[in-house]
Amino acid sequence: MTKPLTSTSRAGGVGESPVRPDGPLKVKGEFAYSSDLWIDGMLWGATLRSPHPRARITGVDIGPALAIAGVRAVLTHADVPGDKFYGIDQRDQPVLAIDEVRYQGEPVALVAADHPEAARRALNSIEVHYEVLEPIFDAHKALFDPTSEHVHPGTNLVRHQPVRQGDPDDPAVRAQCAVVIARDYEVGIQDQAFLGPESGLAIPSEDGGIELYVATQWLHNDLAQIAPCLRLPQEKVRMTMAGVGGAFGGREDLSMQIHVAMLALHTGKPVKMVYHREESFFGHVHRHPAVMHYEHGASADGKLVFVKAQIALDGGGFASTTPAVVANAASLGVGPYEVPHVKIDAYGAYTNNPPCGAMRGFGAVQACFAYESQMDAVAEALGMSPWRLRQINAVSEGSTLPTGQVIDSPVPLSEMLDDLVAMPLPPSEEFDLRRMPGGVSNTTHGEGVRRGVGYGVGIKNICFSEGFDDYSTARVRLEMIGGEPAALVHTAAAEVGQGLVTLKAQIARTELGIERVTIAPADSRVGNAGSSSASRQSYMTGGAVKEACAAVRQRVIELAGAPADAQLVGGKVVTALGEVVAQLADVLGDTAIEETREYRHRPTERMNPLTGQGNSHVQFALCVHRAVVDVDVELGLVRVVELAAVQDVGKIMNLLSLEGQIHGGTAQGLGLAVMEEIQVANGKVLNPSFTDYLIPTILDMPPMRLKILENADPHAPYGLRGAGEPPTLSSTPAIVAAIRQATGLALKRVPIRPEHLTGTLAS
Amino acid sequence: MSGLFEEIHEQPAADVPTRRVSITVNGDKRVAQVEPRLLLAHLLRQGLKLTGTHTGCDTTNCGACTVLFDGKPIKSCTMLAVQADGHEVTTVEGLAGASELHPIQEGFKDEHGLQCGFCTPGMMLAAKALLEENPDPTEDEVRWALSGNLCRCTGYQNIVKSVMWAAKKMQAQSAS
Ligand code: FES
Ligand code: FES
Repeated sequence: MTKPLTSTSRAGGVGESPVRPDGPLKVKGEFAYSSDLWIDGMLWGATLRSPHPRARITGVDIGPALAIAGVRAVLTHADVPGDKFYGIDQRDQPVLAIDEVRYQGEPVALVAADHPEAARRALNSIEVHYEVLEPIFDAHKALFDPTSEHVHPGTNLVRHQPVRQGDPDDPAVRAQCAVVIARDYEVGIQDQAFLGPESGLAIPSEDGGIELYVATQWLHNDLAQIAPCLRLPQEKVRMTMAGVGGAFGGREDLSMQIHVAMLALHTGKPVKMVYHREESFFGHVHRHPAVMHYEHGASADGKLVFVKAQIALDGGGFASTTPAVVANAASLGVGPYEVPHVKIDAYGAYTNNPPCGAMRGFGAVQACFAYESQMDAVAEALGMSPWRLRQINAVSEGSTLPTGQVIDSPVPLSEMLDDLVAMPLPPSEEFDLRRMPGGVSNTTHGEGVRRGVGYGVGIKNICFSEGFDDYSTARVRLEMIGGEPAALVHTAAAEVGQGLVTLKAQIARTELGIERVTIAPADSRVGNAGSSSASRQSYMTGGAVKEACAAVRQRVIELAGAPADAQLVGGKVVTALGEVVAQLADVLGDTAIEETREYRHRPTERMNPLTGQGNSHVQFALCVHRAVVDVDVELGLVRVVELAAVQDVGKIMNLLSLEGQIHGGTAQGLGLAVMEEIQVANGKVLNPSFTDYLIPTILDMPPMRLKILENADPHAPYGLRGAGEPPTLSSTPAIVAAIRQATGLALKRVPIRPEHLTGTLAS
Repeated sequence: MSGLFEEIHEQPAADVPTRRVSITVNGDKRVAQVEPRLLLAHLLRQGLKLTGTHTGCDTTNCGACTVLFDGKPIKSCTMLAVQADGHEVTTVEGLAGASELHPIQEGFKDEHGLQCGFCTPGMMLAAKALLEENPDPTEDEVRWALSGNLCRCTGYQNIVKSVMWAAKKMQAQSAS
């Protein structure tokens, strides 16, 4: 059902750009996404969801649904075999709602039927009696108004994380400031909008266990949550990665995994579940919306003196990854700048709004929009260029962050900004209606159109922070196949489109000096690889594959009786001086050498709960963007003309994949700047479709200029730096800054809508 | 938001009228007995097991379900199977020749025009229709031709590159 991928490319080690091993299947339409899975005799699962954001359940009648022809099971919370709650960080989310629903779309009951339509008809026949309650939808009130009701007994606070350094309120500190800028900012709810909706297939096995084929970001964390709810030992829940149609954080939490498994165990039949797009909007967590108050003080020469910030992040009904999102917003809350006096308070709230969790750049994205907006405001107040002000305050290797953590690898921010500013601006274009904001709608022939240029800088932590035992496992097997040395690389790491399958093969080729590498399907028969999130898989699973290959290599060298520093090159065992000791074929004969290794990054610490102090992060990655926009100031229409970016990745492992990550991340930042928002009123989603939730098309996303730097991180495998998230941070503030320059408006909320630009809505 | 989670479909009972359709899919004549309301996308994916045609939105927005209908790109989630009766449909499974990939497939594979690949079949078919009409397009023309197809992964840069690469290769092939 899920095929191993053998790379056809003959060369292609680290630093080269071999084609993706899954490319041929994907261009032929033969790659099996989770929604394509099929087994004869399978049933179709469906989920009944709450139409109310907050309500008490007073009764559920499944009788009429069970009576429908073709319906094989109707399940409620009473049918959950084991633990009734799950969660990625805290087990606070019911598998099926028990007595209260906490968000619109919360699963209440499940159906399995012979046909998807019978399943849907059954959903409509389940009678749920709700006592509707007034939703708690204002995060600020939920956190700070003592009269607010609570989403969970006794509290609306998921986490409060302060950061304290110096004293921004000391009058002597304030006296150093020539300008003080205080503003409020807001970020709307962004959706990952991966193109392949949630789906999966569960097959009951003879030993009472279950085989699960799902598209997820983290097989083993799914497993750790699923098994106790099914009351099965982990070894009886066998998980295999199905083809993933994009993820971006939205598949880090569970969606239908436990549900589909419950239905299969209950009926004894294979069950498939597929969400449609509308259901997908309710079926996964989103990017936290944020309400932020920032105050920056700077001296006349542009040095930041202090930053104060209060950041309120709305996590919705359950904790999900909110604690980590709060930590990122707090620890990276001033951006990559040196600031002597800092007071940050970041909060994560429970409300009855849509649940929020991981999305590319989480926590850091929201803060970045606010601190970069502040940097522009300070620069303007001082009459300085925005990039010059950033350079004056830029961190560099050896700088201390407000958390007390010293940056101990290169962060050449000032040079990156020099490179960015030196890139040519887009050439002037001949008039073409299609290039006007509004395009062929013929809204303007240039009148009212103003151009703006803006800059944005972002800093993201890479890998899991705050003392988490973060590791990945790789198994590598080397043997002769058809007269040729070949490696099999097996990990549980999720390929979500980013190109990890290519990278694993590249590393094996380089470390083992061979050409033929097969990537085994990701499943739970090998150890935990951690999540495909936090830009961590090149570092962590890359590191694990490298170590497992090194262990295999060492055994080959011992078998060959070669000196310990010998290498494997071109299918031969070669001394450090280049003398051939043996052919791999002769050393291996018909034995296979297999080694499994776990790779851990250096340990980190929890942030001090009162001061935020501590070495909480593993690695930092930066990206800088310049945006050029045209704005029709009369209609509020925006066209992004060009985006340029400079990113330091430590080591280019695969240029094509890397550029793809920067392009794609930048596009998602563009979406947040000018179009993407899940709109919510009283806890209810107003636009759960691609008709009403807009993501950038090929016409919205302009051509890009890129410059990629390689200043190695001495602590990381190959010196690499995680690369997937930073571009998503910095493109948003750069575009907003460009629109500000074109319009002269303050623009304190993203996404920017036309009415924010035409004065029909105060921004 | 009435109607949310309350999708109601007609009951597929024995007395639902069906119609016989005959569609040439990837060059082969396929005959099926279908309900009049069956979507072409569902016939392809479930009836004919051609799962390379993806559905990403169900509302004609994403283009993942794009197929060629008598050579023109259409969104198969918005066409009924009965409307295709007597017509020719090309899906991604019909792009490659017996032994080699179509140049557009090669372009997407070699120029990294795909990441997760979910949008790729639709993108390639929309590109095929463009290149048949306009073998030597500008980058702008490629962008306009693909403007009905969403990609969430690539930021589109390498998709444009892939199609330009394919155009060059196809021109060279037809010149030789
Ligand atoms: S599924 Fe047809 S356009 Fe999206
Ligand atoms: S490659 Fe993932 S949607 Fe296009």
